[in-house]
Amino acid sequence: MSQVNRLSQGGRIDRSRQLHFTFNGKPYVGYAGDTLASALLANGIDIVNRSFKYSRPRGIVAAGAEEPNAIVQLGSSEATQVPNVRATQQALYEGLTARSTNGWPNVQRDLMGMVGKLSGTFMPPGFYYKTFMAPASLWMTYEKYIRKSAGLGRSPTEPDPDSYDHINQHCDVLVIGAGPAGLAAAVTAARNGARVILCDEQEEMGGSLLDSRELIDDSPAVQWVDRVIDELAAMDNVTLLPRTTANGYHDHNFVTLHERCTEHLADSAPASGSRRQARSRMHRVRASQVVLATGAHERPLVYANNDVPGNLLAGAVSTYIRRYGVAPGQKLVLSATNDHAYRAALDWREAGREVVAIVDARANPQGDLVAKARTLGIPIITESAVIEAKGAERVSGARVAKIDATRFTVAGEVEELACDTIASSGGYSPVIHLSSHTGTRPTWRDDILGFVPGEVKGLTSVGGARGVYPLDDVIRDGIDGGRQATQAAGLDANAVTGLVPQVSAREDGAACALYQVPHLKPSMRAPKQFVDLQNDVTAAGIELATREGFESIEHVKRYTAMGFGTDQGKLGNINGMAIAARCLHRSIPEVGTTVFRPNYTPVTFGAIVGRHCRDLFDPERYTALHQWHVEQGAEFEDVGQWKRPWYFPRTVNGKKETLHEAVARECLAVRERVGILDASTLGKIDIQGADAREFLGRVYTNKWAKLAPGRVRYGLMCKDDGMLMDDGTTSCLGENHFLMTTTTGGAAGVMEWLELWHQTEWPELDVYFTSVTDHWATMTVTGPDARKLLAELTDIDLDKEQFKFMDWREGTVAGVPARVFRISFTGELAYEINVQANYAMHVWTALFKHGEKYDLTPYGTETMHVLRAEKGLIIVGQDTDGSVTPEDLGMQWAIGYDKPYSWIGKRALSRSDTRRTDRKQFVGLKPKDPKVVLEEGAQIVFDPNQSIPMSMVGHVTSSYYSPTLGHGFALAVVKGGHERMGETVYLPMVDGKVHEAEIVSPVFLDPKGERQNV
Amino acid sequence: MFHIYCPYCEEHREEEEFHPKGQAHIQRPADPEACSDEAWGDYLFFRDNPRGVHHELWVHAVGCRKFFNITRHTVSYEILETYKMGEAPTVTAKSVSEKDKQAGVQAATGGWQTVGARPESEALNDASNQGARV
Ligand SMILES: [Zn+2]
Repeated sequence: MSQVNRLSQGGRIDRSRQLHFTFNGKPYVGYAGDTLASALLANGIDIVNRSFKYSRPRGIVAAGAEEPNAIVQLGSSEATQVPNVRATQQALYEGLTARSTNGWPNVQRDLMGMVGKLSGTFMPPGFYYKTFMAPASLWMTYEKYIRKSAGLGRSPTEPDPDSYDHINQHCDVLVIGAGPAGLAAAVTAARNGARVILCDEQEEMGGSLLDSRELIDDSPAVQWVDRVIDELAAMDNVTLLPRTTANGYHDHNFVTLHERCTEHLADSAPASGSRRQARSRMHRVRASQVVLATGAHERPLVYANNDVPGNLLAGAVSTYIRRYGVAPGQKLVLSATNDHAYRAALDWREAGREVVAIVDARANPQGDLVAKARTLGIPIITESAVIEAKGAERVSGARVAKIDATRFTVAGEVEELACDTIASSGGYSPVIHLSSHTGTRPTWRDDILGFVPGEVKGLTSVGGARGVYPLDDVIRDGIDGGRQATQAAGLDANAVTGLVPQVSAREDGAACALYQVPHLKPSMRAPKQFVDLQNDVTAAGIELATREGFESIEHVKRYTAMGFGTDQGKLGNINGMAIAARCLHRSIPEVGTTVFRPNYTPVTFGAIVGRHCRDLFDPERYTALHQWHVEQGAEFEDVGQWKRPWYFPRTVNGKKETLHEAVARECLAVRERVGILDASTLGKIDIQGADAREFLGRVYTNKWAKLAPGRVRYGLMCKDDGMLMDDGTTSCLGENHFLMTTTTGGAAGVMEWLELWHQTEWPELDVYFTSVTDHWATMTVTGPDARKLLAELTDIDLDKEQFKFMDWREGTVAGVPARVFRISFTGELAYEINVQANYAMHVWTALFKHGEKYDLTPYGTETMHVLRAEKGLIIVGQDTDGSVTPEDLGMQWAIGYDKPYSWIGKRALSRSDTRRTDRKQFVGLKPKDPKVVLEEGAQIVFDPNQSIPMSMVGHVTSSYYSPTLGHGFALAVVKGGHERMGETVYLPMVDGKVHEAEIVSPVFLDPKGERQNV
Repeated sequence: MFHIYCPYCEEHREEEEFHPKGQAHIQRPADPEACSDEAWGDYLFFRDNPRGVHHELWVHAVGCRKFFNITRHTVSYEILETYKMGEAPTVTAKSVSEKDKQAGVQAATGGWQTVGARPESEALNDASNQGARV
């Protein structure tokens, strides 16, 4: 089929460049400069989708971002699928492949259409609301059905070949929208020296002037556009961003701009060799001032069957004719409430097509465009409107009648006019979405029948965005707004003044208010009158909502789904509010408006994610020994951002060890000989100052007053609510100098915690904190042979009387300055060797050279966990969860009740809640069946025969198989557990099994601690 | 995303560099042991939730690591002032409502507060408190 609706001349398309594309598998041809929508219309495609709920055929309605129907799935390959693309915003390119989103199985013969017809009540208004009220299980069924049939599009199932950029920008004035107002504002600000960013969502800048009939300085308006853009492009202080949508307006003038760099070229960015251009770019703009020049969207009228393909916005008709050289039909009826809409009829006639009639709701329309239509002999039917469209898959006629808008009745005979296109215009709604993103409520203005932006600090609205519509006013408003914004940005705005362009004045008559057109039948029984085409919301649906008692417009929105999803109420919102207002006998501002949310139009995840994916998703932290671990084939575990060796599987007889096998071997090596752990990730904070010791005494639960240089102490840190937040050892390096260690994950939080207390409560204390986590590498040598091994490499006296448990010494290890701490997280004899991180590999390899004869075994975090759990040593965040006190843990030995200062957490320990005897307390669990390893997180009950819901009295926090003990064992919290030693508890599992376990001490191995003291 | 003026760095930085730490000017009772359970619970758990002017503690976490205060409007999110630890705010709910009154603006008073929350401390409005740690 050729381009049946393409005019022989006119438009801003390049007829010398044919572009081939496919829609729903069929090939078509368009021209460079087309959008997918204009090319589809040129090719006479009436039906582009089936509707969301009723599965009715739908055609193209608009020419811009407000298009509700022509939402397509784009992409020629699986990896390049993009859902939610508006055909009106997608430039045509060679090879473009698009599909309808709603069609299932295809738009012409649609199965859901049958469902819709057979059971009209399948999805009545209020469906979502009512379904959410129903049992949740039903929703699952509905959702599957809805998702399959509704046009939500789909994401690609293969990796995206493209890359996306983020860029941070700053400017004095950000101008959003490059129509007449935006161009005037931008050039005014730029001439005054402001750093300006001008963005516009369309393929070309110029906005409404691209299809305007008007003259500026006695020439077609586009020539003025070209001049202004040329001037802006030549200025160093201006950044022009076409194809760039301002999608979100956030706090303090932070605006996200989505620049589509290559989406007009192909469905994947052009590549040269292995380099591929970024497909889109997200500009994160912090603007001193924002100028909102987003113009206005035309409102369609709401009449019966207004969704049949062939019903368009009046302005869209003009845009398709004048900008794309496409007349989307032969015989037009225009239903209007204002003069500006008459352009559609004039353009249609000038394109050589028949205008059957202009149906005007006003009694006596007067104005230059009206006079022009009269001169051309176009019939004008006044005080009337199209009350119903005829036709099924394409408009075949318009039923026209006199109406009484105030009484909401049809006031005369109905006449049927044969036509194939109905254009409607109910006036214009300023595009206030962005200003609403900030949380500001818009203001209704009766004189323009629309909402204008509310007051936002740092924002100036100009032109159509604030209801200024005549072109000469718009340009002046843009100039004024540009000057205001420049001054508000702190610049002198009078330095340069440009000439105000001369616009041929046009007289427009006053518009009248009409939203829903009355029908002979009441809305509930008339053919469907659509308000929100994308979400299939009808006037009857809104009436029903108000009858069911929904008075707030926000509730009506949720009841009907009006303005949901990607639509964000661009076409339907005001009409919907007007209908609700009529039903509730209120005014539109009394009913209020709903809140628009980012994003203004859909943004792909790729653009949002930018480069923060794959390897760059999150920073990874490596210890100084990482390369060695990799070479040894370690499996890694993520601990915060750190990559820690999880276990070191060996290959035995050609078979790689499992986790279980490797951990059993590593555990036994530590218990029987000697193992080594890379503990460099532990947080380390260097604390100095005359009051360092006093400070420690206030933030730790235990005593620090008498810790001598050379000694180490384990400390518990609570929040002031008495709950444990971190633990670790702190060593006294000198009278005023300490080294604190924290958990790997807690390091940054503890650092901030110390600063918080020092800076806000105790600034008089002389103390300083420095994070030294990365400066030192930590190697834990532990096991019965640890002393023998270390002795071969150090000048430190390791004699057990000279260098006791919980001592630290300075010296050299493998010839390198080192601090060695005799602390143990395994229950075995242990030395933690700290050396400067850049010496770590040297020391580590030296240890292995000497350790070979002791079978020195590297172990990972999993073995570390088993070994510490056998000793009942907690891991904060695993065995505790922010609701556990040191007393719950049975660690009264680490609480300095009689310290002079009321340290953080102390007072809370005597609150009635922390004194309860039935608090969950920390215990060991020994499963009755030695082969059982309980599930971590499993719930504990006292009575296994209690009916569901059972009284849950605790849960398992850590659970492992112990190769040393030869059975499974667990740590847990149990209500009143400390007084329940020896009792049996039960753990009912999902599969119906019930495990039995005995409450025991959490210390399973060496309860007297003799092994670490050897 | 907020644009925050750090009073120590003396420049505007992006919100990503900061952490919010809750309501400002919550002073730990000098003698916790002398507090009733109720008074201690109030210090620990109860915070204001005003509709309007709110004083907040923030930290320039990945900048200078200094804690400081922000006076922010909880409806417009406008930052009215930032000031160092130990300084008293010059903008308070009281001063804003007085200014509005003079300008003829009818401001909503009270707003929504949590049960047990204290009214804005009088100390915040006392100019002689300048320099005192409140
Ligand atoms: Zn700072």
